[in-house]
Amino acid sequence: MTKSLTGKELHDYLVQGFGAYLLDYGEQDILIDPQKIEEVCEYLRGSSGLEFSFLNSITAVDYVEYFEIVYHITSFSYNQQAILKVRVYGREEPALPSVCSVWPGANFQEREIFDLMGLSFKGHPNLKRIMLWEGFPGHPLRRDFEDVIKY
Amino acid sequence: MAFKTEPMTINIGPQHPSTHGVFRLRVTFDGEVIVDVDPIFGYLHRGSEKLAEERNYVQVLTLTDRLDYTASMTNNQAYCLAVEKLMGVSVPERGKYLRVMAAELQRIASHLIAIGFFLQDLGALATPLMYCFRLRESILDLFEMLCGARITVSYMRPGGVFAEPPEDFWPALRRFMEESPGLIEELENLIMENEIVVVRTKGTGILGIESAIANSVSGPVLRGSGFAWDWRKADPYDIYDQIDFDVPVGNNGDNYDRFQVRMEEIKQSFKIVSQCIRQIPDGPIRTELPLVLRPPAWQESYGRVESPKGELGFYLVSDGSVAPYRCKVRSPSLLNLHVLKELLVGWKLADMIVTLGSIDINMGEVDR
Repeated sequence: MTKSLTGKELHDYLVQGFGAYLLDYGEQDILIDPQKIEEVCEYLRGSSGLEFSFLNSITAVDYVEYFEIVYHITSFSYNQQAILKVRVYGREEPALPSVCSVWPGANFQEREIFDLMGLSFKGHPNLKRIMLWEGFPGHPLRRDFEDVIKY
Repeated sequence: MAFKTEPMTINIGPQHPSTHGVFRLRVTFDGEVIVDVDPIFGYLHRGSEKLAEERNYVQVLTLTDRLDYTASMTNNQAYCLAVEKLMGVSVPERGKYLRVMAAELQRIASHLIAIGFFLQDLGALATPLMYCFRLRESILDLFEMLCGARITVSYMRPGGVFAEPPEDFWPALRRFMEESPGLIEELENLIMENEIVVVRTKGTGILGIESAIANSVSGPVLRGSGFAWDWRKADPYDIYDQIDFDVPVGNNGDNYDRFQVRMEEIKQSFKIVSQCIRQIPDGPIRTELPLVLRPPAWQESYGRVESPKGELGFYLVSDGSVAPYRCKVRSPSLLNLHVLKELLVGWKLADMIVTLGSIDINMGEVDR
């Protein structure tokens, strides 16, 4: 069985290096300051005893007040998984650092979030729309998106 | 004296027989050698994730059928696992067995498509494809018996499966299990040692383990690189922990290995189905749940299966209403596609088609 790290365990692993940037933790997840997400991911991937070498998925959820970006990561060496979360406030051009330098596989998923949710990822090698065409008005997965095409 | 060459950009697709759907590759060549690849997709984008926000939990199931339409059963399974986690319900033993059985039959069908079209891309027009489709046809007939549909099955439901199989299903399944391994062997004898297949696939499109993991590659592509990771073994869902099967891996991570891993997985799936037939207990097939599900507010869950293409996950967030607040699909085809550039740069045009076929993408799942 894949072991899920609890928020408390994740907090204990990270508190030494990133104490000031850990905002909160829940049962299964930990909330991290968006400015430090790249460093935290790099640490989780690289440090022995954790080795989160695999990025399962990146999801953005629009809670209207803020956007929450959820990272599901897995360590093949120890068969354990963890969930990292980041909150980004503001609806006009919200941005956060890209994790493409840590896991190149984040590339398409971040482009998808950029396309459908309208979040920009700083440091992304090729940030452009992926599903919709250039010039499509708005970002359809946002909760306040209204149909642009009237039938 | 060296010739001065100029790079040339060519579009492959969006309507091309070897692109496995509506998919475009913008490839830059230097002579015949590939220097850059830019996959362009989205032609089949239907906004499934947005549509899910306006349907109730059971209705969303029908959207999952249409993601990877060659493997609807495993899509259903991943979604149902996510909903069950959200609701905190369990599935009766018989329901779990029926699910695993259907999912493994689906894996055989999906891998047969992958192998058939892979060989077609190699230039073996139609003949091996028809061998594969003959077998797939009998699987689809079994699905029709199970739930009335062949492709868009919606067979699994949160809490179990849709219905008890009809009486004539079991004899038909046994007949299938007796006949099919022979047909697979026949196909194997035809193609695995074939000179042209071996020469064109061995040593081309090599993917290393490190690079596969860093690129979030999963499924047969990851295992073809020699890394034995299967979510059915690593994190057993339904009843995979009570079933005995092997995880086939490749040695070199080339096109041949990916192709071979799929071939071996078909045999393992037969093994799983026959164990299911032997072990399946009597009892209820589904936990009775209300017709309209209403999970507690602001819960989240991640349901995951090893689909024929790789790790298929559903991330659900509930808001206390009858529809999911967010339904994200972690699609293996999209993430496996990212590694394409690395696989192709430096190789020749003829290898491109083969490598794309060996990754086995499905545009319904890439675009969603």
